[in-house]
Amino acid sequence: MTLVLSGVGYRYAGSRQPSLLDIDLELPDGAVVGLVGASESGKTTLCLVASGLAPRTVGGQVRGHISLDGEDVDAWPMHRLSERIGIGFANPTTQLSQVAATVFEEVAFGPMNLAVERGEVIERTWSALATLGIEGLAERDPQRLSGGQQQLVAVAGLLAMRPEHLVLDEPTAQLDPAGTRLVGDALERLARDGRSILVAEQKTDLLASISTDIVALHEGRIALRGRAADVLGDPALAELGVGEPSAVRLHRLLAAAGVPSDRYEAALRD
Amino acid sequence: MTDLEVEGLVHVYREGSVRALDGVDLRIAGGERVALIGQNGSGKTTLVRHLNGLLRPTEGRVLVDRTDASTMTVAQLASRVGLVFQDPDRQIFGGSVRAEVEFGPRNLGQSGTKLREAVRDALEATGLTGDDATNPYDLGLSRRKLLALASVLAMRTPVLVLDEPTTGQDARGVELVRSVVDSVAAENRTVVAISHDMRFVAETFERVVVMRAGAIILDGPPDKVFAAASWEALRSTYLEPPLSAVVGERLALGSTPTDAALLRALSQ
Repeated sequence: MTLVLSGVGYRYAGSRQPSLLDIDLELPDGAVVGLVGASESGKTTLCLVASGLAPRTVGGQVRGHISLDGEDVDAWPMHRLSERIGIGFANPTTQLSQVAATVFEEVAFGPMNLAVERGEVIERTWSALATLGIEGLAERDPQRLSGGQQQLVAVAGLLAMRPEHLVLDEPTAQLDPAGTRLVGDALERLARDGRSILVAEQKTDLLASISTDIVALHEGRIALRGRAADVLGDPALAELGVGEPSAVRLHRLLAAAGVPSDRYEAALRD
Repeated sequence: MTDLEVEGLVHVYREGSVRALDGVDLRIAGGERVALIGQNGSGKTTLVRHLNGLLRPTEGRVLVDRTDASTMTVAQLASRVGLVFQDPDRQIFGGSVRAEVEFGPRNLGQSGTKLREAVRDALEATGLTGDDATNPYDLGLSRRKLLALASVLAMRTPVLVLDEPTTGQDARGVELVRSVVDSVAAENRTVVAISHDMRFVAETFERVVVMRAGAIILDGPPDKVFAAASWEALRSTYLEPPLSAVVGERLALGSTPTDAALLRALSQ
C-alpha cells in the first residue's frame, strides 16, 4: 500500500502565500521517511496534508493529488481516510481525546472508534502500552501526567489503531532519551511489518537510526531528498537550518581542527 | 541576586496518589545556570512550579530570598521568578505578539519607554522582531514557544525558569535559547532550565541536577554529571550521556561532556 503525493500544494484559509508547493512524495510499504526543515518550512503542514486533515478538517486549498495504492483519495471523507492513515500531533494535549478517565481508555479510544472487536481492543491496548513501557500508567488519569508521559500515551493510541500509514509530527519532542528510543524502536518494528511512516523531527540523531529516506523542506518546497545516510551527512542540511546528527557534527569539528580521523573514527562508529 | 532554597520538599497531587516530589533539598545561588534533567515523570516540572508559587508544598518549604514562599503572594513571587511553561498554549492569550509580551511587564507596573524597551529587547532576543502585530496562533508551535519565552523575559525577573525551552526548536531556535540563557546569566540573574537535550545541557549550563522518581540523584558540573562514573545513575533515569562523552571515554581521554572538551582533549 503506497501513499503517493503528486504535485501537491497547499494554502491555509485566509493566507495569501501557499505553505506547500510542488510536493512529490512516495511512502512505500516499509519506508520510514524522515521529514526535516527549519521551523515553519512546512513540516507540520505537510503532515496535515498527507494525513488528509488538511483540507478536510483544517480548511484551506489543496492542489495536486493524493493516492493510496493507486486509488485517488482526494474525494474520500475523513472517517474513511483515518482508517488507513494515522496522524500524531506535536502537542499531545491536542492529540488526547480529553474524554478518557484512564490511560487505558485513552489508548483504547482509537481502536474502539474503528469498531474493532472488544477482545482485540484490549489486546491491542496492552500491547501498545507495553511497546512504550507505560503499562504502569494504565490506571492513571491522562490529564494528570507529565508532558512527556502524555506524549507516550498519544503515540500508544496511534499504535493501537494499527494504521497502514502513520504520519507523525515530532512524536518525541517532549520525551527523555529512553522514551525517544522506545518510540524509534516501535516505528522501526512497524516499518518491518510493512507499514509506512512519515515522521517530522528535529532530532536528527533519531532519524539517523530509524529512517530509510530523508526529505528536507525549505519554504514549503522539497529542497533535499535521498537515502537517510546521504542527506544527513550533507553539509547543505545545516544551511537549511536543520541540526546535524551528533556524529556528523563531531566528525566535522574534529576534521576541521585537523585531528587525524584514525584517532577517533573507531570510537565514533561503535 | 535572588537565592532559591528548597527544603525537604514533598508534593502529592491528590491524597493517596503518587508522591511527585519525595523529599527534595536544593539550594541555588543567585546568578547560577542550572539544568534540571531526568526521565519523563521524575518531578522536574512539579519542582519548578513550586519556585513561583504555582504549586504549594505538601511538606517542606521553598525560600525565595530567604523568605518562605508560602508567606508571599503569587504576585510577589511573579516579580522574582518568571516561569515559561513547556506548552506555550497554556500561557498565551494575547491577541497579538506585542500584547502578549507587554502583559507581564505592564502588570509589574512598567510603562512608557521602559515598557517599550523591555518588549523590544525580549522580541529581539527571541527572533520575533517584526512580528509585533502577528496573532500568536498564526505562528507555528516552535515560534509560539519563543513567544512564551519572550513574554516572561520581558518581565526581567531575577530568576528565569524554562521548562523544556528547546523542544521542537530548529538549530537556530536552539541557538536563540542558548543566547538568552547566556545573556540572562551575564546579568547575574539565575536560570533554571528543564531539558532532555543533553548536548544543549552540557554546552549551556554550569550545573546539572539529575532527578529520578521525585528525588535528586546527582548534582554537579557537566564534567562530573556526564563522566563515565555517573552513566549508570543517568541510565537509571532514562538519560544517555552526550556522544562526545561516550567517545572521550572510549578513547580514555577523561570526561569530555561537550564537543569542545573532546576537541581540546584530542588536541593535547
